[in-house]
Amino acid sequence: MYFARRALLAVLAVLFLTLPATAQDKFITVASTTSTEQSGLFKHLLPAFTRASAIEVRVVAVGTGQAIKLGEKGDADVLLVHHKPSEEKFIAEGWGVKRLEVMYNDFVVVGPDSDPAKIKGITDVSAAFRKIAETKSTWASRGDASGTDLAEKEIWQALGIAVSKSGPEWYRELGQGMGPTLNTSAQLPAYTLSDRGTWISFKNRGPLQIVVEGDQKLFNQYGVMLVNPAKHPHVKVELGQQFIDWIVADAGQKTIADYKIEGQQLFFPNARKQGS
Amino acid sequence: MPSLPLSLENVSLSIGGASLIEDVSLTLHHGPRTIILGANGAGKSLILRLSHGLLGPTRGSVRWGGAERLGPLRRRQAMVFQKPIMLRRSTRANAGYGLKIAGMPRSEREARVAQVLERVGLARLAERDARVLSGGEQQKLALARAWALDPEIMFLDEPTANLDPTATAAVEAIVNEIHAGGAKIVMTTQSLSQAKRLADEVIFVHRGRVAEQTPADEFFANPRSAEAAAFLKGELAW
Amino acid sequence: MSEILSAFSIAFDLIVSLDRELIEIIRRTFLVSLSAVAIATLIGLPAGAVLAVVRFPGRRALVILINALMGLPPVVVGLVIYLVLSRSGPLGFMGLMFSPTAMIVAQCVLIVPIVTALSHQVLRELYEEYREQLCSFGATLPQMILTILWDGRRNLVTSVMAGFGRAVAEVGAVLIVGGNIAGVTRVMTTTIALETSKGDLALALALGMILVVTAIALNASAFLVGDAAPARQGG
Repeated sequence: MYFARRALLAVLAVLFLTLPATAQDKFITVASTTSTEQSGLFKHLLPAFTRASAIEVRVVAVGTGQAIKLGEKGDADVLLVHHKPSEEKFIAEGWGVKRLEVMYNDFVVVGPDSDPAKIKGITDVSAAFRKIAETKSTWASRGDASGTDLAEKEIWQALGIAVSKSGPEWYRELGQGMGPTLNTSAQLPAYTLSDRGTWISFKNRGPLQIVVEGDQKLFNQYGVMLVNPAKHPHVKVELGQQFIDWIVADAGQKTIADYKIEGQQLFFPNARKQGS
Repeated sequence: MPSLPLSLENVSLSIGGASLIEDVSLTLHHGPRTIILGANGAGKSLILRLSHGLLGPTRGSVRWGGAERLGPLRRRQAMVFQKPIMLRRSTRANAGYGLKIAGMPRSEREARVAQVLERVGLARLAERDARVLSGGEQQKLALARAWALDPEIMFLDEPTANLDPTATAAVEAIVNEIHAGGAKIVMTTQSLSQAKRLADEVIFVHRGRVAEQTPADEFFANPRSAEAAAFLKGELAW
Repeated sequence: MSEILSAFSIAFDLIVSLDRELIEIIRRTFLVSLSAVAIATLIGLPAGAVLAVVRFPGRRALVILINALMGLPPVVVGLVIYLVLSRSGPLGFMGLMFSPTAMIVAQCVLIVPIVTALSHQVLRELYEEYREQLCSFGATLPQMILTILWDGRRNLVTSVMAGFGRAVAEVGAVLIVGGNIAGVTRVMTTTIALETSKGDLALALALGMILVVTAIALNASAFLVGDAAPARQGG
């Protein structure tokens, strides 16, 4: 008994005393999207920044809609998201200081290899969407107000096709992140819209493959914003600004361009030169 | 402040609308071993619990040495139950538990516990888990635990009801020894033979009422109440 | 099927190679959940004992409420804790959002009802058994509570471990208040959820296996310690 209790205490002591001493004193919280986290970009990008600045970056990866909410509530210092209209609204309402463009990737339409809507190889995404609606082929929508979700809804809207969580019957709103939506699409099977980064690093593809890509409308711009310290005084202005300055400068831009999976570049830096 | 004399004055007890004890009055004095005798369900145990303050009367009053509040007097009394309540601890810890509750310092307690365990013959089992002792050993331990408190009154509720004749004899011997040490004994039983062996005074209970309270010699020779007479005859016939 | 098989080999590789990141995550998982359990035990056991021993108006209603709270949905707890700890919330000034502390708070809220309700059940039975003897000794309320807590300790291990099981297996609440930040608030369950999102089902399952095995090991050692506990106490 004596020894058993001592052993347990020893285990607990080890657990608590060996708490990682590596945690940086200086850190910022970045609210970003699942696409940047799950594609592995941050794992590649952030250590480079931490080495250069001694600032730890803590990423909370959620949908763009939720990321913006976190910014409004003051639970993040910096936002790195991808839905321009929402970002501009965020700035206009005073929640953020300034929006800078960082990089882009693109969306792809993926679907089952049986291709019931016969859209494989079509380059006009609107035409492809119209055929999916006409053939009533199953479509899986994220339905989580993320950047991808909003981009998809804009295409339907432009076509004048009314879709929502209540229908039509072939339109399934999942309320999930990109990965789970791809998991579900592979099972249904269904067509869905994915960012290319998540798609390339996604492992459970089942019958899914890319059916539409390359349309100008599928262009996906990422922006970075500092949360407004006038609204939330605790925001780490200096550290957050250092991160923003780094990511839009040559060092950060080059690191983004260097990130490749299976030889494919996932994100394309396109920040405008500062002060020029 | 002594607990004795202990008196019940017109005590009634109802539980859930059922009247279990009705208008009982009796007084217990220092000295004689009082046996509360009666058939199953007559109300013996309830009278014992009322006397020890484990139950409060619905009507009437219980007085200990004239006081209606038991308060610290409770610690001058001890009770042994029909089914001994064994704490999930060693024999030694069980025997010392009452003293610990009463706040006796550890060193004093240890000596007292060793003494009572020796006297009931459990010293060699001191380290054993009390819950693996035999029924007879458990009841002896319960007696030792009560005895350790050196009580002014010792209540015993059919302490031998579940025991074999050998264990019963051992328990009765311990009860007598406790009595010899100066404690007032108040014990219930439904066994006439046990009552004959132990009683100095008999309180006969029938259907929630006290039929009589009589010195033992007189009770067994010439009971005052018809109920007691019938009980004695029934028991003799059996 | 192939995923299940490869999960075994991945789990094996991860353990054999003592994957640094994995070990960090396991340690963080246990640190967070054990802290939550420790706090929940300090609250739940005395609360369970008080409910078992003390008679007061509304006690039954309170017991029913606590029993019902055992089924609190983690997502709801996570959301409420988020709203409280958020910078815009009442305790926002403490800056606890997205920290292990926030996760401990959330798990605590989830398991205090479990530890309380289960220990109440254990202690109630014990108290029913002991009550007359304790009254006879003139034990005070605190003495009664300490007695049943000590004597019920072996069965209470089960109550506490049930709380630990819930805490360590929970994902909804810690995901919201912890944010699944790599190296800071990423624990086993949130890692499993993340790998599932990424479609890496085999890795997710392998992590799940490791979680289950470590939880079983901890449970087993808790029970061994409980069984070895001495019957002897005081004297």
